Amino acid sequence: MQTETLKKVNTSVEQEIEISGSEAVMKALVAEGVETIFGYPGGAIMPIYDALYDYRDQLEHVLVRHEQGGIHAAQGYARSSGKVGTVFATSGPGATNLVTGLADALIDSTPLVCITGQVFAHLLGTDAFQETDVINITTPVTKWNYQVTDANEIPAILAKAYYIAGSGRPGPVLIDITKNAQIQKFNYKGYEKCTHIRSYRPKPIVRNEYIQAAAAMINKAERPLVIFGQGVILGKAEKEFKNFIEQGGLPAAWTILGLSALETDHPLNVGMLGMHGNYGPNVLTNECDVLIAVGMRFDDRVTGRLDRYAKQAKVIHLDIDPAEIDKNIKADVPVWGDCKETLPLITALLDKKEYTSWRARFSECMDKEIEAVIENELNPTAEIMTMGEVIHQMNQITGGDAIIVTDVGQHQMVACRYAKFTESKSNITSGGLGTMGFALPAAMGAKYGAPDRTVVAIIGDGGIQMTIQELGTIMQNNIDIKILILNNHFLGMVRQWQQLFHERRYSFVDIDSPDYVTVAKGYRIEGNSVAKRENLVSALTTMLHHKGPYLLEVHVGKENNVFPMVPQGCGVSEVRLK
Amino acid sequence: MKQEYTLMVYAENQVGLLNRIAIIFSRRKINIESLNTSPSEVEGIHRFNIVIHETEVMVKKVVRQIEKQVDVLKVYFNTNDNIIWQELALYKVPTEIIAEKVKVERLLREYGARVVAIRKDFTIFETTGHREETDKLIEVLAPYGLIEFVRSARVAIIKDSKGFHEKLKEFEQTEPVPLAPEDPISEEEANSSIV
Repeated sequence: MQTETLKKVNTSVEQEIEISGSEAVMKALVAEGVETIFGYPGGAIMPIYDALYDYRDQLEHVLVRHEQGGIHAAQGYARSSGKVGTVFATSGPGATNLVTGLADALIDSTPLVCITGQVFAHLLGTDAFQETDVINITTPVTKWNYQVTDANEIPAILAKAYYIAGSGRPGPVLIDITKNAQIQKFNYKGYEKCTHIRSYRPKPIVRNEYIQAAAAMINKAERPLVIFGQGVILGKAEKEFKNFIEQGGLPAAWTILGLSALETDHPLNVGMLGMHGNYGPNVLTNECDVLIAVGMRFDDRVTGRLDRYAKQAKVIHLDIDPAEIDKNIKADVPVWGDCKETLPLITALLDKKEYTSWRARFSECMDKEIEAVIENELNPTAEIMTMGEVIHQMNQITGGDAIIVTDVGQHQMVACRYAKFTESKSNITSGGLGTMGFALPAAMGAKYGAPDRTVVAIIGDGGIQMTIQELGTIMQNNIDIKILILNNHFLGMVRQWQQLFHERRYSFVDIDSPDYVTVAKGYRIEGNSVAKRENLVSALTTMLHHKGPYLLEVHVGKENNVFPMVPQGCGVSEVRLK
Repeated sequence: MKQEYTLMVYAENQVGLLNRIAIIFSRRKINIESLNTSPSEVEGIHRFNIVIHETEVMVKKVVRQIEKQVDVLKVYFNTNDNIIWQELALYKVPTEIIAEKVKVERLLREYGARVVAIRKDFTIFETTGHREETDKLIEVLAPYGLIEFVRSARVAIIKDSKGFHEKLKEFEQTEPVPLAPEDPISEEEANSSIV
C-alpha cells in the first residue's frame, strides 16, 4: 500500500515538473532516440546549448565548421542510418546557412529536424541583431516548419516535427524557437510521441483494384522494364522489391538515388538510368511495353525529353506521394501507397516468368557499352589515369562493402556508374539538387549513422573546395572517413558541356587546387597524392586500411568525358556513346 | 484549354499556411485571380477560396501539391458550372451629383444595389453578384464621378457538396479506413490524393 502511494507521488513528480523550454527540447530529443546532433552555437540558441551541457552523456553533439556542413552531415547521417537527422543552428546567418541543405533534403526526401534559435518574441519584426524571417525563407524548402514563441508548445511541436520528418515521404522540418521560449519555465507534463495529425496522411490508402490492374498488366507484358528509385530504400522495402522482380523475372534499372537498393551484381539489375546512366536501360525504355516505376519521380535527368519518353509503353507508377503521380509522366495504373505494402500485394498475383530474349537485349546493349566506353574507362591504355579505373580499383579492395558518398559532377557520375554495392543505404549523393560541397560533410554524418562501415567520400577538386573547412570537424572528432579527391584540374562537368555544346569555349572552369596533402596535414589528417598508375593500388590500400581519417588525391585526365550521355533536349534513346 | 477554376481548400487555421499555399502558385507562375480566407462550416477548420485561370491538367497537379501540405486537409476544385459564387462590391460617389442627376431609386432596383452610407459629401452603394454584374454598375456610375471602387474576393459554394462534417470524421480517425476492394473509384477520389 505504502509503496503504491510512493510510486504515484513519484510519477506525478515526474509528470509535472517545472523546467525550461530548452530542457524540454533535450527531453524531446532523448525521447525521440536522437543519438547525434550536428550543430553550431550562437547568441539566439545559447539557452538550448546551455541545456545540452547537462545532457552530454545522452546526446552526442558534433561541432561543425559551418551550418551548411552541419545540415549536410545530418543528411548523411539520415541516409546511412535510416533515422531522422538533427541539426542545431542559431538565428540569422546560422539559419540562412541551412537553406541549401534544406532544399537538398526536400528534393531528395531526407528526414531532418532542424532547430534554430530565434530572437526574443518581442523583437520579431524589428530587425533585431541576427533576426531574420526564417520561417518564410524556409517555407518552400521544408516539408513543414513552425515558430515556437511559448515553451508550453515545445514537447508537442517537437513530437510533431519528428513524426512529420520521418513518416510518409520523408523530408526536412524546421522548428524556430524564440529565445524567450527557450528560457521560459513551464509546467512539463511529460513527452508523448506523435502518431497522428488529422490534416496529414503520411500514406495514401492502397486500392486493391490498382494492385490487380498492375499485376494483370505485368503478367501480360512481353517486354517489361522496372525502374526504381530511393522509395525502395526509404520504404525499407529492399526485400519486397527483390521478391517482386525475381517472381516476375523483371529486368530492373535504378535511378541515381535508387543505387544500392539492389545489389549491383544481381542478375536482374540492368544498370543506371538517366543522362549518364547505362546504354541499355536508356535505349530500351523506349522499347519496353510496360514500364513499372517504383518509388521514383521521373526527374528530367532520368527522362530526357518528355515527349520522346516511353511513348510506346503502358506506365505503372508506385509512389507514396500522390503528388508525384501524373506530375511528369501520366500513369496508366497509379499504385498509390507505401511500396513495402504494395509490392508484396502485386508480387502475390504475378506469374513466374523469365523474358529470356528481352533480357538478352540488355546484355547486348551492355556489350556495346563495354566496348565503346567501359573497357577504356576501367582499363585505359593512355598514360594518365581515368576516374573510372580509380573507382574500379577501389571496388577490388572494398568488395563493394563501403558506403560511397559522392559530391556533384563528373566524379559523381563515374562513381555511381562503376561503384559496386552489396548492401542498401550505401550510396549517398546529392541527386535532385546537385549540391557541390555535399560529400565531405555528408560523409562525416554517414560515419556517425553507420559507425561500423567504411565510408569513402569521393569528391572532385571543385566540390572539395566548397566545404573544405569541415576537415576541422573531422580532425577534432577523429571521424574515420576516407576522402578520395579525383582531381582533373577543371570543373569537369561544366567543361564537358562547354566542349560538346559551346565549341570548347572553356569559360571559367579552369580551377586551381591547393596542395591537398599539406592542407590535410595542417588539420593533422594523413594524406597522399598520386599521379601514376603504378602507385594507385597501394595508395588506395593504404587509405582504406588506415585507422582514422585519410585524404588521397588522385590526378586524373584533364579532359576526360563521361559517357554514355543523353544530351539535354534529347530523348533517352538518343543516348550517345561518344 | 485554360478556364476558370475555383479551388476550395479546407485547412487548419495556421500562421504561415497562406504563404505555403500562395508559393505553390507563384513558383509555377500562376496568377491568383481571387483569394478569400474564411471560417468553414466546421468549427476550427479554415477555408480558402482560390480562383485561377488554368488547364485542368495543371489544376490537378497544383491541387495535389496543396493537399501535400501538412496543415491542409482537403482541396476541391470546380469549374463555374458546379458552383454558386458571389463577389461583393462597394462604390463611392459624390452625393451632390448623384442626388441631382441620377434616379437613384431606379438605379438601385435595376442593379440590385443598396445604399450603405449617405453623407453630405459622398454616398456608398453596394452590390453583390458575379463580376459582370458588379462591373456594369461601374460603367453606369463612372460618368457621375466614381470616387472609389473596391471588389471583394470570390466566395463560392459547391452545388452538390455535402459539407465537410463527415469528411472530417474520416480525417480524425487514427488509421485511415480502407475502402472495400470492389468499391468503384469515384471521380473525386481519382482526382484526389487522400481517399
